[in-house]
Amino acid sequence: MNQFLEFFSFADANVRYVTLGSVLLASSSAVVGCFTLLRKRALVGDAVAHAVLPGVCLAFILSGTKNPLILLLGAFVTGWFSLIVIDFITSRSRIKEDTAIGLVLSVFFGIGILLLTSIQHSGNASQSGLDKFLFGKAASLVGEDLITFSIVAVLLLVTTLVFYKELMLLCFDQAYAKTIGFPVRTLELLLTTLTVLAVVVGIQAVGVVLMAAMLITPAAAARFWTDKLKLMLVIAALIGAFSGVAGAFVSYTAPAMPTGPWIVLIVSMIAIASFSFAPKKGWFSRIARQRRNRRLILEENLLKLLYHLGEQKQDFFSPRSLPNLLERRNIPKDQARTGLDKLRRQGYVEKSKEGWRLTTQGQKRGRRVVRLHRLWELYLTQYLNLASDHVHEDAETIEHIITPDLEQKLMEELNYPQLDPHSAKIP
Amino acid sequence: MILHVENPVVEVHDLTVSYDRKPVLWGVDLTLPAGSLVGVIGPNGAGKSTLIKAVMDLLSAGSGYVRIFGKPIEEVRNRISYVPQRESVDWDFPASVFDVVLMGRYGKLGLFSRPRKADKDAAMEALEKVNMQAFAKRQISQLSGGQQQRVFLARALAQNADIYFMDEPFAGVDIATETAIIELLRTMREQGKTVVVVHHDLQSAAEYFDWVVLLNMRLVASGPTEKVLTQELLEHTYGGRLTVLTKVGDLLRKQQFPAREKK
Repeated sequence: MNQFLEFFSFADANVRYVTLGSVLLASSSAVVGCFTLLRKRALVGDAVAHAVLPGVCLAFILSGTKNPLILLLGAFVTGWFSLIVIDFITSRSRIKEDTAIGLVLSVFFGIGILLLTSIQHSGNASQSGLDKFLFGKAASLVGEDLITFSIVAVLLLVTTLVFYKELMLLCFDQAYAKTIGFPVRTLELLLTTLTVLAVVVGIQAVGVVLMAAMLITPAAAARFWTDKLKLMLVIAALIGAFSGVAGAFVSYTAPAMPTGPWIVLIVSMIAIASFSFAPKKGWFSRIARQRRNRRLILEENLLKLLYHLGEQKQDFFSPRSLPNLLERRNIPKDQARTGLDKLRRQGYVEKSKEGWRLTTQGQKRGRRVVRLHRLWELYLTQYLNLASDHVHEDAETIEHIITPDLEQKLMEELNYPQLDPHSAKIP
Repeated sequence: MILHVENPVVEVHDLTVSYDRKPVLWGVDLTLPAGSLVGVIGPNGAGKSTLIKAVMDLLSAGSGYVRIFGKPIEEVRNRISYVPQRESVDWDFPASVFDVVLMGRYGKLGLFSRPRKADKDAAMEALEKVNMQAFAKRQISQLSGGQQQRVFLARALAQNADIYFMDEPFAGVDIATETAIIELLRTMREQGKTVVVVHHDLQSAAEYFDWVVLLNMRLVASGPTEKVLTQELLEHTYGGRLTVLTKVGDLLRKQQFPAREKK
């Protein structure tokens, strides 16, 4: 707890810088990732992330320093090169893109690990810390490194915003973009460069192995919350920023821990929460909708039963006992009771010692359900030529979903009918 | 039966297009008159969409060239509008109807600049023309097929072009949309625009178009509707599969052989 306060008071200048850096890195790659995701190139991000490792190692071997700019450059070169190889394989052979990505990813990463191992055994004293590129270490983001990386991150954000309209069109409809004279090849190159850069600056915090998650996961999570691209970018950036702070915190309080896995775990939690709880598209909201539907069907069926009995006895408002009610339809008793109770609270039925009776409103609603049922049966027999003994089951569900608008249309098309196919009166 | 016109808006010369070395269109030579409603008609796999895409320079031609308004397409892009097939994009994209129609203005705007008020007005006007103004704020994934087609059409209209190329605008749309679209195309023709439409329904073709291009891997006919839509030419287009042509095409792909010698 103390550490928590210490960290979030931001009293330590180091903490401030590391946090700021992580936030910038994570949010810029999240924003770029939105476009990568929408262009359906999510896997490419993963390939690039793995392919930067040999670049980092080569840059170190050739220059002998850990100057971030040089390492960045090396990462950038091999990252880009991997994409060219993927493109080349896909266009010049019968190998499909997913296979090409798989091949390139593993070959580049394999070479990277080889180089890294040989550097570690070379006895070069300045090599310590290079292995942090594997799983990331946010806390090592200090001094000049931080400034360099942050500038690149800001550059990424600004470029994405400047080219917002172009990137959006490129992702939505590339062919059309070309026909209105957009330089599609250049824009593609730009987006690819942005993706590579986002990966390159992100690896310091997250590491090459898990960098793809930083690129794609915030975007995928954000997509669940909104249907507006601008908002999606903002939400993805916020999710990225939050996980960045969390990563910095972990890195600060547990120096032995690699940051990458933590950041990825946190961002994945947010993603899972988004898939579950997002309004409309989320898992829970879908379950809730289904439950609502089931409840609606139960309640309307109960009203319908009461109405049918009333129709039969030509007396809608006398109380009916529960067993009497359930004779006509097999509804589990406890469910029927809960449903009736709900209807009583809503004012559609009343309860007395002798049983349940419809109120005026209840009778009205029951009548509507029965009417819709019979209208739909009539519609099916007339317009779809279904036999009259086949239409009941369909009408059982459709009766609950027809809106007043559709009801009106149905009445018009059927020419305000009096009787249903079973010669029952349409109330 | 291939008629050529003076001062054509579109001139296609000796155009051959291949997919993976297999030619799907062989040596197409045609000219189209200005201010007409042109139907490109032929069976499945005849290369109708391929022709349009090659004209728009979305596919590279193995041989031949295309001139529009007498110039290479790169020079006249701002006068040309393209309506791709509805299925060519992912409609589950985070954008509203209005966002998509506004894309029609991007070409005029150029890079970097943001849509101005006038562009938004133009987009809204285009939406009104296809009767979709009430859907401006709707998310595009919630549209029906016919509505999607109207949105694509509105996007093209917002471009204010002189010639329109439409790839199957009537495919999978409801009757109301089909009628609305054809009305719109007629209005455009009256304003002197040229509209080239890929179409697969022979029944309506005679009624809709005043110039017809019959295609089946090669150009069968191009001319005024009443002269082209004859029993004989249709049989020529739809009947008698070009077995040898297909086999030669397959062979070219198998042997990775060029359709033309490089000059």
